[in-house]
Amino acid sequence: MTKYLLCDNMIEYWNPQIERMPLDELEQIQEERLRHLVDYVYTHSPFYKKRFDEAGVKPEDIRTLEDLQKLPFTYKQDLRDNYPKGMFCVPDTQLVRYHVSSGTTGKPTVVGYTKNDIHEWAKSLGRALTSIGVGRGDVLQVSYGYGLFTGGLGLHYGAEEVGSTVLPISVGNTDKQLELMQDLGTTTLACTPSYFLYMAEEAKDKGIDFQEDTGLKTGIFGAEPWTEEMRKRMEDATGIKAYDVFGTSELSGPLFTECTCQDGIHIWGDQFIVEIIDPETGDTLPEGERGELVITTLTKEALPLIRYRIGDCTILNKQPCECGRTHPRIMRVTGRVDDMLIIRGINVFPGQVESVLMKIPEVGEHFMIHVDRINEMDTMKIQIEMNDEAFSDKVNDIISLEKKVASALKSVLNLSVGVELVEHGTIPRSIGKSKKIIDNRKL
Amino acid sequence: MDEKFIKQISLFAENKPGHLANIASSFKEASVNIRAFTIAEAGDFGIIRMVVDKPEKAHRVLHDAGFTVSETDVLGIQMEDVPGQLATIAEVLGKKGVNIDYAYAFVTKTEKAFLIIRVNDLKTAVETLYEQGISLLDMGDVQSI
Repeated sequence: MTKYLLCDNMIEYWNPQIERMPLDELEQIQEERLRHLVDYVYTHSPFYKKRFDEAGVKPEDIRTLEDLQKLPFTYKQDLRDNYPKGMFCVPDTQLVRYHVSSGTTGKPTVVGYTKNDIHEWAKSLGRALTSIGVGRGDVLQVSYGYGLFTGGLGLHYGAEEVGSTVLPISVGNTDKQLELMQDLGTTTLACTPSYFLYMAEEAKDKGIDFQEDTGLKTGIFGAEPWTEEMRKRMEDATGIKAYDVFGTSELSGPLFTECTCQDGIHIWGDQFIVEIIDPETGDTLPEGERGELVITTLTKEALPLIRYRIGDCTILNKQPCECGRTHPRIMRVTGRVDDMLIIRGINVFPGQVESVLMKIPEVGEHFMIHVDRINEMDTMKIQIEMNDEAFSDKVNDIISLEKKVASALKSVLNLSVGVELVEHGTIPRSIGKSKKIIDNRKL
Repeated sequence: MDEKFIKQISLFAENKPGHLANIASSFKEASVNIRAFTIAEAGDFGIIRMVVDKPEKAHRVLHDAGFTVSETDVLGIQMEDVPGQLATIAEVLGKKGVNIDYAYAFVTKTEKAFLIIRVNDLKTAVETLYEQGISLLDMGDVQSI
């Protein structure tokens, strides 16, 4: 029932000609599509016409990929300001879907899709799933939320595209998740990394071993950042291969994954142009430098976006990948620009904390960062659960462990932080995206 | 001389109210009897240590209740009701380089004193105490005293 790659040399591609196209040919396609895009948005989007006019740019000015830098950026706030459909380029009757973001950090945003948009979305994920060996013969358990959120339906359509059997279970009801995983022979699980940790914990409590009792081989985790160190823990503990999936609803939804090389996420160049910019100045950064991700959509009809600032931090890599695909990669997203905390003048990302903690075997996977302001000074305290297996009966051992964690964090962050070991179960679990920071300074 | 150890259960607990009540009621339901008990506190957390009559059952009950539990082999020494016993034991172990990590005591049904110690070298400690004619308790004894 399970699918095996025929041999190391026979990598499968969903669209082989495109995926292996030499970069200069791919860039020609990008240029053609960019020229078409600027005409399209100038004529169909009052929002973009206004933006272009304000920036003093005309569609004719954009001929090459370098000219992209003449164009203004688009921000999430623009979508909010034009709620619900002010930025759409097609009449309502051409829309076959709406997705709406949760709006936790502001007004919700609405994304519309034409039939072609849905197809392009599925195609993108189709290529991504194929690049990790998922296709016909796989049972893909979609444990991302189905509904207004793009995670569930996105993976669903992508999985059907490549012919795998979809189990549209959505989030929650973990007992059922584990039961069906065994009964229906799930080979691939798609959910947030936080939910996978929770599922693994429940499985352990029930005496279910992923390797012995299920056919699970692959995990497709995303919708929140997670570290290389967390991946290693998951893979070592469960025997599966865990891949990062990336996307955002404004771009359609989950669109891209790493390939089997697990060395960056391929962004399909015929559909999207990637830039990395300095978040402060807006200048385009050269390949290899970390900065803010900016994406231009080349095939979207209902809601095309020009130089959309995602808010995620990453690095661009255009070097050929060992899998044979030529499309540029973005390296693991380490966090959002706005996730960054400033503690006593020092920049701290939760991702950094996670990667330090996950290297220490005596601690568990669940932690919480508490930030306070005491006597005019910022303080940071990390609560981390102790790993049951590592519990020593001696007080000193526990105190040494706290010191070890504090010292490891200090050497990476350059900051003295408090460390508190807590009981198993103290840190709240999540079936969706987990919250890792409690910043009391805002209150 | 084998099995002259006692299985002690240790729990990691944050310094919050309610834990002891939780443990006590779980044990009551499971009919587990606590024979000896101590708490080592260290600010934000503490380690609750106990000797019970059914260690495996206790471990399961506590684990299911969500506690972080471990088991440690400790020695149970029956003390004569004479001053100086503690000093003798400490001296004799010290001479052989055995360190006492911690100790706690309680009184049995038969009004004997029962000392529990954790040492850094169980084998040497058992041999040394045996040579001194000091009697060690085992799990069977724990159930009956």
